Amino acid sequence: MNCLGVEQFPDYKVPGVQHVDFSPYESNGGSIVAIAGEDFVVIAADTRLSSGYSIHSRDQSKLFKMSPKTVLGSTGCWCDTLSLTGLVKVRMQMYEHTHMKTMSTDAVAQMLSIVMYNRRFFPYYVSNILAGLDKDGKGAVYSYDPIGHCERATYRAGGTAGALLQPVLDNQIGYKNQNLPADQLPPLTKERAVAVASDTFISAAERDIYTGDSVLINIITKDGVEERKLQLRKD
Amino acid sequence: MALAEICKISNASYMKPAAWTSTEVENELNAFTSNIANPYTLAAPPFENPLENLNKIQANASNSGVKINFDHGTTTLGFKYQGGVILAVDSRATGGQYIGSQSMKKIVEINQFLLGTLAGGAADCVYWDRVLAKECRLHELRNKERISVAAASKIMANIAHEYKGMGLSMGMMLAGYDKRGPGLYYVDSEGSRTPGNVFSVGSGSIYAFGVLDSGYHWDLKDTEAQELGRRAIYHATFRDAYSGGIVRVYHMTPNGWIKISETDCMELHYKYKEQNKAK
Repeated sequence: MNCLGVEQFPDYKVPGVQHVDFSPYESNGGSIVAIAGEDFVVIAADTRLSSGYSIHSRDQSKLFKMSPKTVLGSTGCWCDTLSLTGLVKVRMQMYEHTHMKTMSTDAVAQMLSIVMYNRRFFPYYVSNILAGLDKDGKGAVYSYDPIGHCERATYRAGGTAGALLQPVLDNQIGYKNQNLPADQLPPLTKERAVAVASDTFISAAERDIYTGDSVLINIITKDGVEERKLQLRKD
Repeated sequence: MALAEICKISNASYMKPAAWTSTEVENELNAFTSNIANPYTLAAPPFENPLENLNKIQANASNSGVKINFDHGTTTLGFKYQGGVILAVDSRATGGQYIGSQSMKKIVEINQFLLGTLAGGAADCVYWDRVLAKECRLHELRNKERISVAAASKIMANIAHEYKGMGLSMGMMLAGYDKRGPGLYYVDSEGSRTPGNVFSVGSGSIYAFGVLDSGYHWDLKDTEAQELGRRAIYHATFRDAYSGGIVRVYHMTPNGWIKISETDCMELHYKYKEQNKAK
């Protein structure tokens, strides 16, 4: 990144000058959890927005309502989150006007992947989780890596406490490595999904400095999006 | 505004005093999402040599707390034999040390007669396989016949060559069946493309090759070939920490691909242990 070419003019060098690398990214923190059920999907995100050790906001929603059936949770570099969700929202509006119907959750999932890959060589620094109902009305969760690799899952945690939250979900929702026969797995109810999502955040707030203040929980069913709020530690 | 004039940014839409017109907004939007209309036009980074300089930004991560870890795929194998082509893969996706997924699909179903395996950057492979699927369908519509494996792999190699040095990371095998018979090509992000009978790609490939080479010959029966692929991947998942999850086996026959099995590594582990005891 020698675009100024100062190296070629030794006379203009300032003694003691330090070369600072281009650092366009910032981590603003936050975590997301999404859990899909048979005919519903729950997505939750905390509301703390921070930078380093200081807290910018204690009441910033990280859930973006894209359509009556789709909610996108996005954390990471907040400015990237804003520009990415802005683009997707406008693209969805264009789709609605040309095709006279709302984009389905799976279509939004694929489009988000492509829009993120557009920045392959200068990625959006975001952790995205998309939750919604699919064409059959079933709950769907899609998770992404920073350059748009997308995978459908039934439950997923992301953001700064993602690595802390995912094992809890593997145990409580996925019943991983408990060797339960498929017919003995307890069915997942909406209330249990909300309870587990809330508990994971209470635990994360205990150990992750970037997660706290409160959790916004969106419950998406065929009747629309229900919003709930849970208070967390403020320290 | 003089500086803006010199820097020639006064033409940029955000430097204009009046409110934006709707066409300007639309142009801006189309520029930011250009690859929806044309998948080959990706945004250029605001610095030269992305391979080197993106890594520099990453190197600064310890100060900013920003670490971008892409999902990476791992052990895949493919071989030709008398009954067609066998592809076998694991399903673990790792971002740095963290296991991002244990259920990733590392075999991409491009169409009924073409499969691609994926190793390296997951997003790179999936994105460009999707572009390849489009190109193959267009070839069918234009020429009224299916694309050959050779031609399909060449499209992929051309894409890789176009972006060489930009930091794409792909190591893929393309398997198919066309009028020349079974086809198997290895294509990677360095631009190389080679046909062959036996390939294994990814960090666990060395372990997979060990098993594969010792059991491989052209006249394998279908079930033997499928089991060989499965066993080779299993042994790779056992020794390579970056491989694991589910072992998926696909078989490319003259009538298109068939999904043979998806088995959890743990299940295979105890099955093979039992078999060893019996001996």
